[in-house]
Amino acid sequence: MKNILEINNVTKFYKNSVKALEDVNLNIKEGEIFALLGPNGAGKSTLINSICGIVNFNTGTIKINNMDIVKNYRTTRKITGIVPQELNLESFETVWNNVNYSRGLFGKKPDHNYIEKLLKQLSLWDKKDNKIKELSGGMKRRVLIAKALSHQPKLLFLDEPTASVDVELRKDMWDVVKKLNKDGVTIILTTHYIEEAEELSDRVAVINDGKIILVDEKDKLIKKLGEKTIKIELFESVEKINGNLSKYNFTLDQTNKIISHTYNLNSNTTDITELLNDVKKDGYKIKDINTEQSSLEEIFIKLIQENNNELVRN
Amino acid sequence: MNWYGIKAIYIHEMERFRRTLFQSLASPIITTSLYFVVFGSAIGSRITEIDGINYGSYIVPGMIMLTILTQSISNASFAFYFPRFTNTIYEILAAPLSSFEIVLGFVGAAASKSLIIGCVIILTANFFVDVRIDHPLLMMFFLILTSITFALFGFIIGMYAEGFEGLQIIPILIITPLVFLGGSFYSINMLPEFWQKISLLNPVLYLISGFRYSFYEVSDVSLLTSTLTILTILIGCIIFITYTFSKGYRIKD
Repeated sequence: MKNILEINNVTKFYKNSVKALEDVNLNIKEGEIFALLGPNGAGKSTLINSICGIVNFNTGTIKINNMDIVKNYRTTRKITGIVPQELNLESFETVWNNVNYSRGLFGKKPDHNYIEKLLKQLSLWDKKDNKIKELSGGMKRRVLIAKALSHQPKLLFLDEPTASVDVELRKDMWDVVKKLNKDGVTIILTTHYIEEAEELSDRVAVINDGKIILVDEKDKLIKKLGEKTIKIELFESVEKINGNLSKYNFTLDQTNKIISHTYNLNSNTTDITELLNDVKKDGYKIKDINTEQSSLEEIFIKLIQENNNELVRN
Repeated sequence: MNWYGIKAIYIHEMERFRRTLFQSLASPIITTSLYFVVFGSAIGSRITEIDGINYGSYIVPGMIMLTILTQSISNASFAFYFPRFTNTIYEILAAPLSSFEIVLGFVGAAASKSLIIGCVIILTANFFVDVRIDHPLLMMFFLILTSITFALFGFIIGMYAEGFEGLQIIPILIITPLVFLGGSFYSINMLPEFWQKISLLNPVLYLISGFRYSFYEVSDVSLLTSTLTILTILIGCIIFITYTFSKGYRIKD
């Protein structure tokens, strides 16, 4: 699949000489949902604001559909939409005017049918004549999405789309994002809810201290970096670890009945067959077995910690 | 050109004017009426004529200029500062709009509001005194050019202001005194020679003088000087805005 966005060697300094982005390289494929993960202040918003023209970057190039976003800003911005992190809306304007205003800004001819369809899709139609100040936080977030979609973009940036929204609404938003993607919109979202990235994205990048430290497919990433734990529940408790089991580095739970052994999916041997044989050899009867895989959140924390340690060493 | 984008900004701003129509129009009408009561009736009873023109009629161009200048500045500065304050400016910056188009939308709307208010003042003045316009086209030329120029000036204030207080400082401390001292309510020929020379340093004098010429064919300075002055201020504002946008200063981090 072709790249819809190409970021090459982008660096950004703020006025106070703070380096917000350092030599960022990233390609986004058309049609994918891409999650940009990172702690607060890592450079996620600066990166998407640079792509959208909201902040100026210092060096490097950004191309959308193979067109430079500085030289061809009219063409590239027409196909780009952004939903900001904050609820930045004009409180005294109606939903209808707000959304139509956005469409106009992006150089599109008024299309009331499309805006009506969009507001209906986002469950905002019955609020179209309401002023923004009369809406709940969740509704305001939907208005921001409607504004970003008002000019039918091909590439949509969602900056922390579900920040400070309740669980129910978050799930609602995820459905909206999935539907948009199904309709052909490439989506790049920044989030620090790992659960969100895990649920939505095809690929993930981790950014820390202005640098992209990892880009990979979500499933591969979980597989590659993920650790798995096998939990073996026994009928009787293990009083003392000796015999064949003493060679394993496992842990026991409080009841001494559940053996937890962690292994990496990447390593050549996982010792599981041997472990199960040794449990049997030592005379224990197995009641149940289950495995747990490390979540993206655990991987993310591990990566950030490793990166921070490296930064301290340097 | 992104005409839909310019139109969107323009209509959005005019909509704000419509929403606050009463305040927008009531204030200049009341102020104008008060000027007529204070200056026209109280002072006018002592100064009957200036340059052969009835005093009440003489002050009309100055009053319009005073309102046009302050309204153009405050409309444009508020219009651009407000989205900066609420952070809704992100949308304008992310849109396929050039800096020229952004300025055109905001300044066009601010100047249009000032023109509407200017026309309302002319109508209000007619209730109090006879208003004669000898050169209507010239009058419109000055009215439009002044509205645009000072809307541009207001736009600059809106770009640089760090708070709502900042929007008020220049209009209150600089523009209003310059208008009052620029011959709005008198001819500089009535001043001692020293103060006449000092008054010639005031650019607003040239605007009022040219504008008054279009009404009654009387002026303190030549029409050409007046025209060149307004054009110089206009070009200065355009250069300043272009420079600021090119640097992204106070607009883009």
